[in-house]
Amino acid sequence: MTDKKEWPLWEVFIRSQHGLAHRHVGSLHAPDAEMAIMNARDVYTRRNEGVSIWVVKASDISASSPGEKGPLFDPANSKVYRHPTFYEIPEELGHM
Amino acid sequence: MYAQMVKTGVEHVRSKDEMSPEEQAFQERVDADIKIEPKEWMPEAYRKTLIRQISQHAHSEIIGMQPEGNWITRAPTLERKAILLAKVQDEAGHGLYLYCAAETLGVSRDELMEQLNSGKAKYSSIFNYPTLTWADIGAIGWLVDGAAIMNQVPLQRCSYGPYSRAMIRICKEESFHQRQGYDAMTKLARGTPEQKQMAQDALNRWWWPSLMMFGPSDADSVHSAQSMRWKIKINSNDELRQKFVDQTVPQAEYLGLTVPDPDLKWNAERGHYDFGEIDWDEFYQVIAGNGPCNRQRLRTRVKAYEEGQWVRDAADAYAAKKAARSKAKAA
Ligand SMILES: [Fe+2]
Ligand SMILES: [Fe+2]
Ligand SMILES: [Fe+2]
Repeated sequence: MTDKKEWPLWEVFIRSQHGLAHRHVGSLHAPDAEMAIMNARDVYTRRNEGVSIWVVKASDISASSPGEKGPLFDPANSKVYRHPTFYEIPEELGHM
Repeated sequence: MYAQMVKTGVEHVRSKDEMSPEEQAFQERVDADIKIEPKEWMPEAYRKTLIRQISQHAHSEIIGMQPEGNWITRAPTLERKAILLAKVQDEAGHGLYLYCAAETLGVSRDELMEQLNSGKAKYSSIFNYPTLTWADIGAIGWLVDGAAIMNQVPLQRCSYGPYSRAMIRICKEESFHQRQGYDAMTKLARGTPEQKQMAQDALNRWWWPSLMMFGPSDADSVHSAQSMRWKIKINSNDELRQKFVDQTVPQAEYLGLTVPDPDLKWNAERGHYDFGEIDWDEFYQVIAGNGPCNRQRLRTRVKAYEEGQWVRDAADAYAAKKAARSKAKAA
């Protein structure tokens, strides 16, 4: 097999029909962004799954490491007052 | 299945005392149904077994395009041709989802391609049987995709995040595959006597190989036990095979076709069908490379890869030219 270099990996994000944010759906290899979008069309939207595609080179994504999970996310655990359910509203007021 | 008899490299199921603290924490997460993600710590044997399993599955999807591809140009109607084309294209997509999932475990696409094209990699035994008539296309969708679904549905819950997500995508598409196959079989079974005979002949030839897809009984297999402990295998081979038989026999009866097994009968006590002995010699022969089509499948695969080289080269050259041009513009 004569391939000298592997094509870069692209992460694929699709906006579905319903105007929601682009969502990560998977990845693929392609020589450049243009081809990545064309391939993504065939690999990830064969059944009308989307109206818009983003591709990002996987090597350009910075990610939090699993080891940081505690320090990053634990502090939010103790802040129950950030949720509406923390507050009690008198029933006679109805919906708030 | 699409991955058959996957080895785990262990001699017995790892007990808690043998595990390092890391491995214990890992197993606890698996037990609690928390998904394992690519960058997280995992036992080396888990990683290697998953690479083997996922890549075998991917190779099966890729090679699996060949028996069906054989009939695209000869489909009986334009509609059937469009359906078959869409189905085969889905299988290519399944291969791609799965290769990506395997790559998250640290194997490269080039390595995976090399393993497939050199004949080192295994793929499912089922794809080494020929598609002799149009009815075989119906039989494959109905039986082969039907059997694959049996195995893939529970794998959606497997412990490895990228594999589980690939399975979810795949399962969404598989039910079309099975239905179009059953639909094609129905047309034939309700057609002329010759057409019905064609459907029966296809069932005769695909029934036993489909049962073999689940692999030999793994009730005593250490590898299966370990894989189940890791939740990368959810059901035993016999369990899935029984489920498949129970589901498929009434479908055959509905078509007025006869399952080619004189020992097949409903067992009211068990609440399952009893069925005859499977010829495991045949299975091992196919796995060893001596099935009816092994050589042809590999030859076709390598030819396609080699003849596609100029397309990959052209895409590379175009990408390089464009990159150079935009660099020049920026300067
Ligand atoms: Fe598939
Ligand atoms: Fe398939
Ligand atoms: Fe399929």
